[in-house]
Amino acid sequence: MSATKLSAPEKTVPPRPLAPSLGAKPLPALFPPTLLAGVALVAAGLLYALGWWNPAVWAIVTAVGYMVLITAASALIENRRKAKDRLVTAIVYTCFGIAMVPLVSLLWTVLSKGLVRLDGYFLTVSMNGVTPSMDAGGAYHAILGTLLMTLMAALISVPIGLMTAIYLVEYGQGRLKRAITFFVDVMTGIPSIVAGLFVVALWILLFGPGKTNGAAGAISLSVLMIPVVVRSCEEMLRLVPNELREASYALGVPKWLTVVKVVLPTAIAGLTTGVMLALARVIGETAPLILTAGSSAVAINANLFEGQMMSLPVFIYSQVRMGGVINYERAWAGALTLIIIVMLLFLAARLVSHFFAPKTR
Amino acid sequence: MAKRIDVSGLHVYYGDFLAVEDVSMTIEPRSVTAFIGSSGCGKSTFLRTLNRMHEVTPGARVEGKVLLDDQDIYAPDVDPVEVRREVGMVFQRPNPFPTMSIYDNVIAGYKLNNRRLRKSEADEIVERSLRGANLWEEVKDRLDRPGASLSGGQQQRLCIARAIAVEPSVLLMDEPCSALDPISTLAIEDLISQLKENYTIVIVTHNMQQAARVSDVTAFFNLAGTGKPGKLIEIGETNKIFTKPEKKETENYITGRFG
Repeated sequence: MSATKLSAPEKTVPPRPLAPSLGAKPLPALFPPTLLAGVALVAAGLLYALGWWNPAVWAIVTAVGYMVLITAASALIENRRKAKDRLVTAIVYTCFGIAMVPLVSLLWTVLSKGLVRLDGYFLTVSMNGVTPSMDAGGAYHAILGTLLMTLMAALISVPIGLMTAIYLVEYGQGRLKRAITFFVDVMTGIPSIVAGLFVVALWILLFGPGKTNGAAGAISLSVLMIPVVVRSCEEMLRLVPNELREASYALGVPKWLTVVKVVLPTAIAGLTTGVMLALARVIGETAPLILTAGSSAVAINANLFEGQMMSLPVFIYSQVRMGGVINYERAWAGALTLIIIVMLLFLAARLVSHFFAPKTR
Repeated sequence: MAKRIDVSGLHVYYGDFLAVEDVSMTIEPRSVTAFIGSSGCGKSTFLRTLNRMHEVTPGARVEGKVLLDDQDIYAPDVDPVEVRREVGMVFQRPNPFPTMSIYDNVIAGYKLNNRRLRKSEADEIVERSLRGANLWEEVKDRLDRPGASLSGGQQQRLCIARAIAVEPSVLLMDEPCSALDPISTLAIEDLISQLKENYTIVIVTHNMQQAARVSDVTAFFNLAGTGKPGKLIEIGETNKIFTKPEKKETENYITGRFG
């Protein structure tokens, strides 16, 4: 079939000598951590001796010193590529450390200041009849308000947002789809106070001036929540492979059943996470709630449709505004409560993801 | 109940682009028909028009007639969903439903359509379909495990079991072995030979040996040129196509000389 003759090459290329680096010994695995500890010690000693001791300066000196030394050591003992690798690794770790600083600091501050007042009493009484500087009162009314308003916002936003996402991914075409995508994007960027103002105006139109209640707060939250739910659910639905939809169609399953029974279950873990992220986004909203649900409620109010309703962010805001020592303590305890609620929500989301996600084993 | 497929004067368009031009052929019941041809020549596209799966792609449409026995599947009163219940399909990449167990994957055609099955009935369908797909012995002890836990070849046989569980009359296979190793391929080919006793089978393949091994009739598709639509060049008994094709183009393709 082929006419080419196989013949031995006329000249043999001399084998390339192995690069010396291939044989070079790498730095021992324990060298980097030892070096880091050494640099940290020397830097600490030096700063003490010079009288410039300061943790931030110490961290910077350590990081820079370590980067210089490890690069130099690696360049001498290993090779240039390894040296670059060591340098970049050090930079990446340093950036990670820097990113952790505000997070750890925040958690530490909230924990240390919030735990002063966070106890069963704080969680179970309201501020009804408590004067600002009195050593009493708690956040029960605010916790209740936050939970109720967020729940109502979720009940409004999740169906609307999820169905919009289903429309965009499974059904939408052409102009209408582009228009919806555009407006969802615009809504994502709405400042929260504007959402609050919008609901205030709506309430004045519908019920007359001065009618603030929890439902108004919930609706302003859902204005903020819907676009977030749409965006995250849309991404999750797009991740469902088309092959699964085709497999379902090929079995003679109508489109709506395919969406309900194949696409949604496959994406359930991502959808839950998306909804939880949206909830976490609105649970800390303050501005729209001050406008809509009021900022002066002190009593327990479990009725979303009657009277002002306190929420944890607004509780924190109004306590801080009063300015006394005890008010600050209450504000920190409120902040810690809020963080705990968000953490519980995420824990719940992880559990849902864990139990409903597609399994392979 | 295997059914005959009669295609006449079928054109497939994507929007304004004519993808497949003027295909006419008859596919006999209880036989295996293989579509061969280079990539992009429209054989998969044509295959998908046989159960209206092409309609899933936006802008795709056909002109012409496809008769399933005597029923025109493109008649205005025909529901594509009903067509797909009658004409099952197996895809290139195994695609078991990841949220379902092996058991549920097999009866997915019923479950997804909200059809209630008695437990005994479901058990029977699962066993019959898995036996039909030569998978029963391998999975009978772990029917409650996820479908995705199987190997690629087993997953593909699971997909075939899923397709035959709803008792279609025709089974379309779009390169069912191209993602599989030779052993799994052999298993699927054996299965195809068994299935043809009860079904009309149409298979798209890039593997000419496979077409020669499994099919009774072979159809060769080719592009008329770059940017031109794909065409049915020749259809005939597999033996004849591979030994004495009538068209020069076919001969070039199957002997490996192109153009």
